[in-house]
Amino acid sequence: MRGPLRHTTKAVAILGVAAILLAACSSSKKSNVSTGGSSATSAASGGGSKGTVKIGFFGALTGPNAQLGINEYNGTKLAVDQFNKKGGTQVDLVKYDSQGDPAQAPQLAQKAISDKVVAIVGPAFSGESKAADPIFEQAHIVNVTASATNPGLATNGWKYWHRVVGNDNAQGPSAADFISKKLAAKKVAVIDDNQEYSLGIANIVRQTLGSLVAFSDHIDPKAQDYSATVNGAKAANVDAIFYGGYYAEGGRLLKQLRDAGVTAPFVSDDGAEDNKLVSTAGAANAEGAYATCPCGDVTQSTTAGTFVQDYKADAGTDPAIYSAEAYDAASVILQAIGAGKTTGPDINTYLATIDFKGITKEIKFGDNGDIAASGIYIYKVTSGSFQVQGLVSQLIGS
Amino acid sequence: MHFHNLVDQFWPSTVDGLTVGAIYALIALGYTLVYGVLKLINFAHSEIFMIGTFASLFLLHGLDIKGPQAGATLVGVLLLSLLAAMGASGIAAVLLERIAYRPLRRRGASRLAALISAIGASLFLQEFFALRYGRDLLPFPRVLKKSTLFTIGGGQVRNDKMVVFLAAIIMMVVLDRFVNGTRLGRGIRATAQDPETAVLMGVNIDRVVVATFALGGMMAGVAAMLYGLRFENTQYIAGFLPGIKAFTAAVLGGIGNIRGALLGGLVLGLLETYGASVLGSQWKDVFAFAILVVVLMFRPTGLLGEALSRARA
Repeated sequence: MRGPLRHTTKAVAILGVAAILLAACSSSKKSNVSTGGSSATSAASGGGSKGTVKIGFFGALTGPNAQLGINEYNGTKLAVDQFNKKGGTQVDLVKYDSQGDPAQAPQLAQKAISDKVVAIVGPAFSGESKAADPIFEQAHIVNVTASATNPGLATNGWKYWHRVVGNDNAQGPSAADFISKKLAAKKVAVIDDNQEYSLGIANIVRQTLGSLVAFSDHIDPKAQDYSATVNGAKAANVDAIFYGGYYAEGGRLLKQLRDAGVTAPFVSDDGAEDNKLVSTAGAANAEGAYATCPCGDVTQSTTAGTFVQDYKADAGTDPAIYSAEAYDAASVILQAIGAGKTTGPDINTYLATIDFKGITKEIKFGDNGDIAASGIYIYKVTSGSFQVQGLVSQLIGS
Repeated sequence: MHFHNLVDQFWPSTVDGLTVGAIYALIALGYTLVYGVLKLINFAHSEIFMIGTFASLFLLHGLDIKGPQAGATLVGVLLLSLLAAMGASGIAAVLLERIAYRPLRRRGASRLAALISAIGASLFLQEFFALRYGRDLLPFPRVLKKSTLFTIGGGQVRNDKMVVFLAAIIMMVVLDRFVNGTRLGRGIRATAQDPETAVLMGVNIDRVVVATFALGGMMAGVAAMLYGLRFENTQYIAGFLPGIKAFTAAVLGGIGNIRGALLGGLVLGLLETYGASVLGSQWKDVFAFAILVVVLMFRPTGLLGEALSRARA
């Protein structure tokens, strides 16, 4: 190649490699992923104009398991709207869509810091919590999760982390007991998708079931073909299946299991307790599937006041899993703001001593930020949607 | 390590491995043809496949299919779905060539520039579909009621798996006949062997290139329709994983070799499924790609070698 052409090719090559690296690192995700320039040590103070405080919602608003995040966002938004209507300090709710992906969470957390957010409702999933919460901790941003149930999150010594639902140390054994005692299963297949939350709860179930586990596998949430897992479960002749994971993959797995002729009862966890599991698996396939949840059905609650009607008026749909818990998570933060606390550290101090009657439960945080364990409910797909059956402890009569 | 699974579940694994392998093989054809003729790895081929799945889905929505069909309606719907996917993917491939590759070819740009253009086209198409149709999974209505045709050993041969496998074999044979029997096919082989001499022999290079892309695209369209039939959902990145696997299959079988694409696809499908049953599904990809590395170490041109450009008597 002649001189100039060679240089041009070289430049193209270098640019090309740089482009490939950039593409590989940032992947094809939404525009709100950006590198927040400021370091993570700025104490978050009330941003925006005088009398406005910014809080954020952090979770999956798009992507395969977005319904869980959307439910929580709606609950949070209702709480914020109601708070703002009262006058006084106004609260700005900012969305941070992580798509539930732990790989995107850190950058998004940095953006929240540069946006001068003082508190976060979320992160919604355990994997992204593990990735983003250290950053929030350093920046002194209060975070209250309504759904990240991995028990490990409470053991990191985080001061700014809080949770308003029972964790998997309660949910896992409940699910296992339901399978072994209520379903009286002798051979159980335990499958998960290797993510932080899923592996956590599935391993607790494996431990509790002990020798009852006849088949164990880990699927790839990005893959479509679960035939090896299905064949294994079929060959092991299981009479119950536990799936640790979220509704999109759970629905796919359930569909493939039923199509292959595996009729054993399918039990999953709170990440799968969404009616999208039914539409993914097919109504006929999903009928009779179970899911556990440390959340009750707020539409049947007697302590929720006008929440259900207010939610419907604000969001246009019925509340679903974790909407009420997110409402409670937002409410405790808003109560702190209403009491005049507008910086992260101040809100955090307020939350340490709060004793609040939320619509789902009494909100009182332990020293590690976790809430006292709540009951675990079981839901069953009946006529195409999840209906609450009751508390696991009551159903198995223990 | 559960070696007993390999024996216990041999037939179910084989059936499933061949089914998924057939889809890989069809997509691999697109990679192998374009590489054979242009020495270009068409990274946007995975999006050509994805476009085919969307076309198939939209056709089903357009025909207002809500549940399983039977008899003549079933055959009709499947054929229409196939034609829609083949058409959409074929046209998309031809447009891709015209917009992303031909201007570079005209200017005698290096192969690296074309490669970068391919990556850019791939990302563009992914994001375009994501913004237009959202990032959620889009479900297909169930067209074919799944039922078992017969069992081999412990392996259930279901009707949808049979359709996938047979359709792939048939399309492969058709393509092979086309490339080896027709004038345009001869032109493709000639261009693959030596583009300059082919021009001297009167081959219209532009037409050959368009035909290559069109054929590869149509094969991806067949794969897309079969993917929709087997897995019943799609999304903007539906092409990503199958695309990588198919490219691996093409390399495994011998890039530039049509029969290699078939062999590579089926072998990869089988390896994946056997690996998953022995090691657990999370090791599936590690196992398959490790085998690829080993094969390439001892046979860099792949199992069947680069045959498209080799002269055959």
